[in-house]
Amino acid sequence: MTTYYSKDHEWIDVEGDIATVGITSYAQEQLGDVVYVELPETGKSLSQGDEAAVVESVKAASEVYAPIDGEVVEANEVLAEEPAKVNEDPEGAAWFLKMKVGNEGQLADLMDEAAYKAYVETL
Amino acid sequence: MSMNTQGRPTSAGDTTETFRPKTFTGNRALDMEEPLIFEFGSVETCGVDLDEADTPEFELGGHERQAEIGLPGLAEPEAMRHYVRMSRNNYAIDSGLYPLGSCTMKHNPRLNEKMARLPGFADIHPLQPASTVPGALELIDELAHWLMVSTGMEAVAMSPKAGAHGELCGMMAIKAAHTAANRSPEIVLVPESAHGTNPATAALLGYKVVSIDAKDDGTVDLDKLKETIAKHDGNIAGIMLTNPNTCGLFERDIRTIADLIHAAGGFFYCDGANFNAIVGKARPGDLGVDAMHINLHKTFSTPHGGGGPGSGPVVLSDKLAAFAPLPFIRKTDSGLELVETNEATTDGEQPFGRMTAFQGQMGMYVRALSYMMSHGSDGLRQASEDAVLNANYIRVGLQDLMSLPYGVRPCMHEVLFDDSFLKDTGVTTLDFAKAMIDEGYHPMTMYFPLVVHGAMLIEPTESESRASLDLFIATMRDLVMSAKRGETERFSGAPYLAPRRRLDETSAARKPVLKWTAPEPVEISPSEAAE
Repeated sequence: MTTYYSKDHEWIDVEGDIATVGITSYAQEQLGDVVYVELPETGKSLSQGDEAAVVESVKAASEVYAPIDGEVVEANEVLAEEPAKVNEDPEGAAWFLKMKVGNEGQLADLMDEAAYKAYVETL
Repeated sequence: MSMNTQGRPTSAGDTTETFRPKTFTGNRALDMEEPLIFEFGSVETCGVDLDEADTPEFELGGHERQAEIGLPGLAEPEAMRHYVRMSRNNYAIDSGLYPLGSCTMKHNPRLNEKMARLPGFADIHPLQPASTVPGALELIDELAHWLMVSTGMEAVAMSPKAGAHGELCGMMAIKAAHTAANRSPEIVLVPESAHGTNPATAALLGYKVVSIDAKDDGTVDLDKLKETIAKHDGNIAGIMLTNPNTCGLFERDIRTIADLIHAAGGFFYCDGANFNAIVGKARPGDLGVDAMHINLHKTFSTPHGGGGPGSGPVVLSDKLAAFAPLPFIRKTDSGLELVETNEATTDGEQPFGRMTAFQGQMGMYVRALSYMMSHGSDGLRQASEDAVLNANYIRVGLQDLMSLPYGVRPCMHEVLFDDSFLKDTGVTTLDFAKAMIDEGYHPMTMYFPLVVHGAMLIEPTESESRASLDLFIATMRDLVMSAKRGETERFSGAPYLAPRRRLDETSAARKPVLKWTAPEPVEISPSEAAE
């Protein structure tokens, strides 16, 4: 399994042709207490950069973008009931969605862990 | 002895350790604990003396109410005291400086109120025949005239009820113009520094929103804009730009932006929420704008922030003028005429529809025109200049201690700080804002715009005196120094002195209690209810 990171502070775990997408610990820290999560419907086909989910905190509402092209195969419905999970375990149990990788080539544009860490340092 | 800023003692004692009695009522002199109206009003009480009804008891075919709804009954003096006491916990521009950035909390001149209460304006009904209210039509037309003059635009749609409603109106006119030209572009460009309602408006009309990044100086990145226009060639409906933008900066490239958008076949919507910074200085029509709403409740001093209602007329360029919504006023040889229906339109008038049931916020039109006429063009220009001067006075008074995200440079009517000056203090923007409440100030806008980390957007009203600004600056400096000295307690638990301590916003959002529940509703049968 390989983990990629996007400039929009999302992490992408790729295993076979399935990518699991969530927001990074840095992102949840910036958002503050998350109070609402809106997830995509299963079967929705997304292009890179499309709005995949919405996450709302006491401070702001923001979008989770599809980091690559693909079709949503599963959404983490637990988050809709318990948005606080995003603060508790952002890079684990609080994944947002799983998608079928539509364009493997786009993964090359994403960062690895070291590059993402360096990117966060610059912010 | 502790002194207030005027040097008067704030307590009778000689020491700062003043005895504070624990009161029986929980009140602290004029600071009274006020229960909910449901908690002290009794269901059995009725504040009015009603005659027995002489109509049949029930004719609702079984839909009669089955239980008491538990509305509290109060005598008039009790009801009055309840609301007067609560109003004393309210913070308003009438009670202090209100530096809420992007919101323009202006003083509402008393003269406006006097004019709006003239019976000829206050007592008319929106359904009475237009022929009986020529004065009201003339006032609307006069206000419309000056809105067009001050913006350099061809037409104005008066009816939208507030800013976002105005945006919707302007964008609907743009959509109508595209449709009339047999075009159906799908994309609206919205820079990062625009108001949050801009992308929402575009999305509501079914447009796809494409965001344009800001440059390091907080204004629109022209290269990114050109790139995006090229990428979506032929498919761009328009751009929605806020100028001055939400970073309090004037978009200097606005003319170029207008030309680029027009060349791409799109229209230029300008969010006019910050028009109060440029009235009398620049006309949006000269800058290439096709549509812009004007918040009468910001720029032209009509009340808002709970007092409202807002009012958001939209000025339109010659390219969009024909699509202005119903109703509108037409000048004829025999006077002014209210055009209410499509049948009453003439050649060239192609209204896209109707935004409101009636003519708009008449009471606000009276206030806005009263403000305009009492200020005159020189006064309006000075109000813009003073708004910019006051914001820069605060910027210069604080920039050595607080941090400006885009470097030291003049701002417009509001000044934006980020939270880097609080780094490693353990104090957040939220804590800082709450400590301002203890100092007797309404906090500035915080965490907006989103492009700046821990944003604090301060907009002092142009009518604030120098003394008032000096006290505000001194207070802010004291708070910053306190945070830097590590006095985190002053912030982490703030506000300490407000009627309520810090509210739990997370629980309020996650588990909101939206309804007050009466302890025990009393079940009654219809026959008892009739007694």
